[in-house]
Amino acid sequence: MTLTEKIMARAAGKGRVEAGDNVWVKADILMTHDVCGPGTIGVFKREFGAAAKVWDRKAVVIIPDHYIFTVDSKSNRNVDILRDFAREQEIAYFYDVIDSPAGTWKFDAAKGPLERQYGSHYAGVCHTALPQKGHTRPGEILFGTDSHTCMAGAFNEFATGIGNTDAGFVMGTGKLLLKVPETMHFRLEGKLQPGVMAKDVILHCIGEIGFDGATYRAMQFDGEGVRNLTMDDRMTIANMAIEAGGKNAIFEFDDQTRAAVDYRCKLNGTRADYQPVERDAAEKFVHETVVNLSKLEPTVACHPDPGQRKLARELVGMKLDRAYVGSCTGGKTSDFLEAARVLRGRKVVIDTFGVPATPEIVHDLQSAWWGDKSVWQILVEAGVQMTENAGCAACLGGPVDTFGRMNAPLKCISATNRNFPGRMGHRESQVFLASPATVAASALTGHITDPRDYLS
Amino acid sequence: MQSVFTGSVYVVRDNIDTDQIISAQYLNLVPTIPDEYKKLGTYALAGLPDSLYPIRFVAPGQPVGAYPIVVGGRNFGCGSSREHAPIALGSAGCKVVLAQSFARIFFRNSVATGELYPCECADRLCEILKTGDVVTVDLDKLTVTAKATGKVYSLKPLGDVKPVVDAGGLFNYARKTGMMPVSPG
Repeated sequence: MTLTEKIMARAAGKGRVEAGDNVWVKADILMTHDVCGPGTIGVFKREFGAAAKVWDRKAVVIIPDHYIFTVDSKSNRNVDILRDFAREQEIAYFYDVIDSPAGTWKFDAAKGPLERQYGSHYAGVCHTALPQKGHTRPGEILFGTDSHTCMAGAFNEFATGIGNTDAGFVMGTGKLLLKVPETMHFRLEGKLQPGVMAKDVILHCIGEIGFDGATYRAMQFDGEGVRNLTMDDRMTIANMAIEAGGKNAIFEFDDQTRAAVDYRCKLNGTRADYQPVERDAAEKFVHETVVNLSKLEPTVACHPDPGQRKLARELVGMKLDRAYVGSCTGGKTSDFLEAARVLRGRKVVIDTFGVPATPEIVHDLQSAWWGDKSVWQILVEAGVQMTENAGCAACLGGPVDTFGRMNAPLKCISATNRNFPGRMGHRESQVFLASPATVAASALTGHITDPRDYLS
Repeated sequence: MQSVFTGSVYVVRDNIDTDQIISAQYLNLVPTIPDEYKKLGTYALAGLPDSLYPIRFVAPGQPVGAYPIVVGGRNFGCGSSREHAPIALGSAGCKVVLAQSFARIFFRNSVATGELYPCECADRLCEILKTGDVVTVDLDKLTVTAKATGKVYSLKPLGDVKPVVDAGGLFNYARKTGMMPVSPG
């Protein structure tokens, strides 16, 4: 069996399953957020009754992160719906925007978009927060009401996005009927060269198979090249499985996985027992791709979909209006470090926005020193508009007052994960997906630029 | 249970993602709140670029669209897992989406909510039909008949999906088939 099949067989209480089988699997974690949580709660209450209790109050993780720093009253209300539900259900892991359990959330626009407006429990973008808060464990099943839930596959677990109705069902029963997906095999070898990042790996893979090339399928990443990738790298790659239509992505378990998971579970006091899945000789794949990491170059997915692959150097001269570093995929500490490596001592020439995924990443960047300056200072001095208000921000457009949102038909190069028409705001705007290094280099010139020109 | 749908089609192309079906800025609306469910319908397919789709799916100021059938190409509903997407289409009066292929989560959400029938058709109907053409979709005979030409196109079988949508979604189906108790709680 493949890694995905092994996890699904275990969660279904079966000795073996194969692609195409429909099985009831037990959920380990259900994650929801402010955009889909209120609707999921609505389905749960409607179907199980007003007095119903969630199947496991320690297994439902609620992370407001999408539309937080906006004056939109419905968005603010949605955070309050989550708080009421978390209190009523005694949800163990609710990462509220504010500290007072009896309060209500209201964004104060007068303070501006850059200064932090959240309390001590706020966790930021759900997919980045889940591992930071010790909710991703090898061998488990994670459902989330968000398509990028597949990011947690980096931790050797089965993680997939579901809708409100399915999530309402899981909330009440702890189970879901799933079809076992066929597995596509991506064997990684070699090592990324300077200026080339994990984002380039996944944009390369999506370009290989087409952006619907993994529809209904699992994408398994393994091989000796994986050992040369950090957990952040693996998260970036797994995150974008959905951009090829994939049901999930999954990585092999190794010492790095163990160290990251054990540390995070201990830090937040979450359950630390888990059973990884390992490869065996009898894996059936429907597709094989070998990726030599050493040979990859900075890659861009052009408007209007993640499969429009080109090399950055082939697009030189493509003029841009703005640049954006942020999101679950591209707003991690390591992402900003690579951007800072390119931007240090230089100045951007187009509007450039930086949105860390989580408050912890804000803290990292403000407390990591490079010479006599923090990484945060280096980015700000280069002209990047850095906000402390960690969250999804303009990655998915959001309400019109969202930080970095494109409210006009502009062209943006972005370290985010999706570039369908209108994704970051205006429906005639265009998004070019690239690594944080490529975004940073392009911000310096105002057109698409290979970051290897700026590595000195 | 209704199996035959006749009406005008709204035609879109390949890779219509969930942002184009319901723009992210309207995800502040909660589908289980009745007023907000209705509001979602008024924004259905509003994310399509004007330059490519000068005719809007829901005319400005109208509560619902004039098209019970949406015709797409490949990979309809790709992108996010937002259930608001099939709900917005259903709320706007769409009963059937005909496409060459569907993205996984959109397909599943269409069935789980019972909002619409996601039907696969091997023919590239998005190049054969144009917005406003009248067709008849017969889900028992698995055919699409174009009124103007009389031409008949076949649909792939809906399999286990049809009875779930017929019942009005996952929970109703589960109750109807004895998988769940009839009354909540």
